[in-house]
Amino acid sequence: MVSRLRARISHRLAAASVAVLASAALSLPARAAGTLNVLTWCDHEDPSLLQPFEAANGVKVNFKDIGSTADALAILGQSKPGDWDVIVMDETDTGRLERMGLLAPLEKADYPFATIPAAIANPKLTSVDGTLYTVPEKFGYNTVAFNTTAVSPAAMDDIQAAWDPKYKGRVAVYDYYVPEIQYAAIALGMNPDTITPADFPALKAKLLALKANAAMVGDVTTVQQALTTGAVDILVGGGEWVTAGIQTDSPNLTYTIPKQGGIRWQQGLGIFAASKDKPLGVKFIQYILSPAGQAKLATSSCYWGMPANTEAALTPAQKTDLRWDDQPGYIKDSFPYLQMTPALDKQLQALWAEVMQGK
Amino acid sequence: MRKPPAGLLFALPAVAWIGLFFLIPVLVMAGYSLHPLNDSGAPGPLSLADYAAFFAEPAYVQALIDSVITTLVVTLASTLLAYPFAWCIACVVPKRYQRIALIAAILPFWTSYVVRSYAWLLALSPVGAVNKVLLALHVVSHPLMFAYNPQATEFGFVHFFLMLNTLTIYASLVQINPRYELAARDLGASALRGFLTITLPLSIPGVAVGAFLTIVLCIGDYVTPQILGGFRELLLPQLIMMQIQRQLDLPMASAMSLLLTVLVALAYLALQRWLRIARL
Repeated sequence: MVSRLRARISHRLAAASVAVLASAALSLPARAAGTLNVLTWCDHEDPSLLQPFEAANGVKVNFKDIGSTADALAILGQSKPGDWDVIVMDETDTGRLERMGLLAPLEKADYPFATIPAAIANPKLTSVDGTLYTVPEKFGYNTVAFNTTAVSPAAMDDIQAAWDPKYKGRVAVYDYYVPEIQYAAIALGMNPDTITPADFPALKAKLLALKANAAMVGDVTTVQQALTTGAVDILVGGGEWVTAGIQTDSPNLTYTIPKQGGIRWQQGLGIFAASKDKPLGVKFIQYILSPAGQAKLATSSCYWGMPANTEAALTPAQKTDLRWDDQPGYIKDSFPYLQMTPALDKQLQALWAEVMQGK
Repeated sequence: MRKPPAGLLFALPAVAWIGLFFLIPVLVMAGYSLHPLNDSGAPGPLSLADYAAFFAEPAYVQALIDSVITTLVVTLASTLLAYPFAWCIACVVPKRYQRIALIAAILPFWTSYVVRSYAWLLALSPVGAVNKVLLALHVVSHPLMFAYNPQATEFGFVHFFLMLNTLTIYASLVQINPRYELAARDLGASALRGFLTITLPLSIPGVAVGAFLTIVLCIGDYVTPQILGGFRELLLPQLIMMQIQRQLDLPMASAMSLLLTVLVALAYLALQRWLRIARL
């Protein structure tokens, strides 16, 4: 889900990154003894999550909300080395930040990798050249969310359903191009892990067909609003991040992973190479990965998602909402975000722009 | 040695303001745009590559064209709707009620721009108030798609800029001496001819200022197309945000932003003959 998912509560539509740039100079952390400075997404900001760590360690967590890795880079560009200790990030960016020399290597033995599913602990996402740089903490899916009172759950098991003329005008598409392009790749029978520019013509045609069948394409807030108000019945790119937190109010909204597969988002924690208090950063990651920390993170007031640690102390009801028992199958059926070079990322962005401009 | 004219000294604060908050930022942006990111994400050597990349990608050029078209449509529509509204307030509504009428006209400004866009989305969506009324009245048999398209974006814009244009046109109209038109009527001109030959030409500065402000604000707006447009077309500000949100590609975003600045400058040149802000 990356950037805009984290922005859902504050729906920082226009100002997002620009505001971060403009305010960066004013947002430098007050580096003080007993302070851990964290660049974080909104799901780490609940006092109930942070206070136990602060009390146990006698420190204050000074966090700065970011919506994406780009936001973090903007803030780092305005900060002194060592101003920030820990970053919450999309693990698809682990290699990118490591190549920029921003991340400190981590010791695998410090973290509960024994209770993290192997696919989530995948070194492709967490490590560079065999060295660990980020620890997975939460994940979920960009697949298909839908209204069970309007469409048949069985029909949604087929990834082609969103392209079915039967649902014309009843489909919304989440506007983050990476998972959407990968989702179209799955629908075309391609491997979404190995997309190259040679695949672009077919992907463009498939995405244009999806757009033609859809009522709208929109950011997190807009597509979620469309699904919850009944303006659309199907959300391509949706998942538990749309439906899990509102099960009580909207039990008719659910999600599934089609039999052909889906896309899996995954966020992790890293420590900055320039951090002046790496041991405290390690303790913070250990706390977030603890059963108690994982339960609170998974059910954050900002958005829900699956905890990476299978020992998360969730209640049975929370596990039901998160489809705990289905996760092994879901993980098997889903692909992580594409590992991209900056050049491929720009090409995908241009492809998405062509689709958005296409009729 | 000649002393600098006193007028120049008085102008210094304004010049300093423009230099600090316009010229220097534009120059910084231009500098950024000339150093495209290299493969490691760092600014590369001096190059026009990002400008070339922009014009080589048809979807990007189309976004530029769509931004211009949307801005022109919105400017024209909001001016055409605002003029009679402003004229009624200035020339028909009794003086003692004009203040109330103006307050009523600007009331929508008191709501946040984002909230107003979402409010329109709630009204125009397939399950929104407009469709509910049409369905209840059996005017339509199924919901119509008023939202999530370029027309919805234009509608949201026009609602906002209608108020802005009303104010600038009203300000221009109330400054026109009513005796000019009365004299024309005394000399045998019809009411329509008096309006067309006296009032309308004299109110053009207000129209031009409103149109220019509409162009400046509309062409750079990201919120309304993002909420109401449904990505049926991509406008340049949305494309600029795409460059920043994922890659923090400030050089490409700067290049695109400078193109927007050039468009605004062209609009200024086109309208400068009538732009007499001091008269408002």
